[in-house]
Amino acid sequence: MTTLTAPDRPAEQVAPALRDADVQPGHGRPALLMMAPFLVLYLLFIIGPTLYMVLMSLFDTSLVKEGLGSWAGLGNYAEAFGDPAFWESMWHTIWFTILTTPPLVVLAFVLALLADRVRRGRWFFRLAFFLPYVLPSAVVALIWMWIYTPELGLLGRFVTALGFTEPGWLGDPDVAMWSLALTTVWWTLGFNFVLYLAGLQDIPRELYEAAAIDGAGPIAQIRRITVPMLARTTSLVVVLQVIASLKVFDQMYIMTSGGPNFSTRPVLEYVYDVGFTDFRVGYASAVSTLFFLVVLAVSAVWVLLTRRQEQGL
Amino acid sequence: MTIVAETRQRRDTAPTVTREEIDRRTRLFNGFCAGVLIAFAVIWLVPIAWAVDTSLKPNAETTNPTWMIENPTLESYRTLLGQGDIWNWYASSFITSTLTAAATVLTASMAAFALSRMRFRYRWLVFWFVLIGIMIPQQVLIVPQFKEFAALGLLNTYWAVIIPQVPAAIAVFIFKQFFDGVPRELDEAARVDGAGFFRTYWRVVMPLSRPVVSAVAIFTFVWSWNNLLWPLLVMTNPKLMTIPVGLATVQGTYGIRYADTMASAILGALPLVLLFVFFQRRIVEGIAGTGLKG
Repeated sequence: MTTLTAPDRPAEQVAPALRDADVQPGHGRPALLMMAPFLVLYLLFIIGPTLYMVLMSLFDTSLVKEGLGSWAGLGNYAEAFGDPAFWESMWHTIWFTILTTPPLVVLAFVLALLADRVRRGRWFFRLAFFLPYVLPSAVVALIWMWIYTPELGLLGRFVTALGFTEPGWLGDPDVAMWSLALTTVWWTLGFNFVLYLAGLQDIPRELYEAAAIDGAGPIAQIRRITVPMLARTTSLVVVLQVIASLKVFDQMYIMTSGGPNFSTRPVLEYVYDVGFTDFRVGYASAVSTLFFLVVLAVSAVWVLLTRRQEQGL
Repeated sequence: MTIVAETRQRRDTAPTVTREEIDRRTRLFNGFCAGVLIAFAVIWLVPIAWAVDTSLKPNAETTNPTWMIENPTLESYRTLLGQGDIWNWYASSFITSTLTAAATVLTASMAAFALSRMRFRYRWLVFWFVLIGIMIPQQVLIVPQFKEFAALGLLNTYWAVIIPQVPAAIAVFIFKQFFDGVPRELDEAARVDGAGFFRTYWRVVMPLSRPVVSAVAIFTFVWSWNNLLWPLLVMTNPKLMTIPVGLATVQGTYGIRYADTMASAILGALPLVLLFVFFQRRIVEGIAGTGLKG
């Protein structure tokens, strides 16, 4: 039934050749017409803004004044590198990524593995784990702010009942990022769970049966068959997760406003603050460009890794 | 390697492990798996259940938090729906998400058809050019796009929310992958019968591509509905705000009226929960088949 194409094809197949082998006369004009709606919007609202961002990063552009403003050269970049607030926000983004990626990958894998063994009621698990993923970030934030409310919140009372002191979930600078990570794991786990579940269904049952006949117990089967067979799925899940975590903004914006004392402000919120509160669009563009390079680097690492996997097989 | 050695050894010393014994162990293990899984699933549902629970209490009773609802009431829902703001947000979200999804499916599939089926010069260049777009996260572009829409005078219009979300390179890529798998004989037959390219696309290839059309449409709709950062910047008029922007903006004003806050969260989630319940299979297959992620 799954007639959609596989996401993790060899990079060689995905990447087109650098020439056209079979140009046919009369195809050019209709092709241009059919691509025009997409290409015009794409040029005007994706490629154009990307180039404009790089251009603005070289000027002292202001949000409220027309034009680019005065030439700044690499001054904005130098300022970013010299500004502790930039480094802190960049670190918060990376720290959030480090906190969320391992549980979101490992827990999703384990739960999918368990769900794959259970014959009945799979729809229920899919519902339970995936339902939070379709909720808007604002809804997730409102629910968890209530759960984290000091003294009245569900989690605080649970922890107190166990005999511990309730931490300042969102109010303590040392705890807030962990709380945001916990909320995010709850919110987005379902996506990775479904990816893993699909990967598990592609493993031929005969492999397990053969292993069972050889006397391999369930744990040995998982270690010797499941984990290696899911290597591709795992690399896809990890890279998608890292990129999604790097783009974090919503949870912090709503739940902590980047606080307390800027201890949870991610780099996108820093861009938001310097661009739309301080009106320093040139500087904000420089920071955006730097952030863009980080995301590009992650994608590039993934392409290289999958290439190597291809060759290794 | 060690596992193989261990199992072999075990088999040598205890050659009497029967098929029944293995089956029994497997059943036991499966039972254990089910137990752990159910525990996690229940934990996962608790926050949503707690939100529903709170929303059904009178505001005054939420500060004495128990699961028991002594005086169940729909008062919070009545208040919110009566204020009218939420209806505007629903309308805003619905209009922008529907138009975004429709425009994305149409423009991306047409471009993908040309790339998949038509033999024009510099095809490879166009494809590479589109592939670059997959690497550009929308969030990076908020600053230049805001400048652009301010210059166009489109801030606080639905267009500002819709337009930048339409040219999604990933959608072209997904459509092209799917079209490449649709047998060419069918549309070549149509071409021989005198159908033009557009007619072939609309009458032959698109009807064969329902799974991918619905997957892209549903996902674009969900992402667009849940998008916060960009609509937050361009929709500052409370009457035009989308659901997430509205909820994020007014959350401070509820104060300690926790029941009202939770009711607003439930109301904000409701359309997507319904969408998910109706299209569960399509959504799950869509993720599994394409690895889409917002």
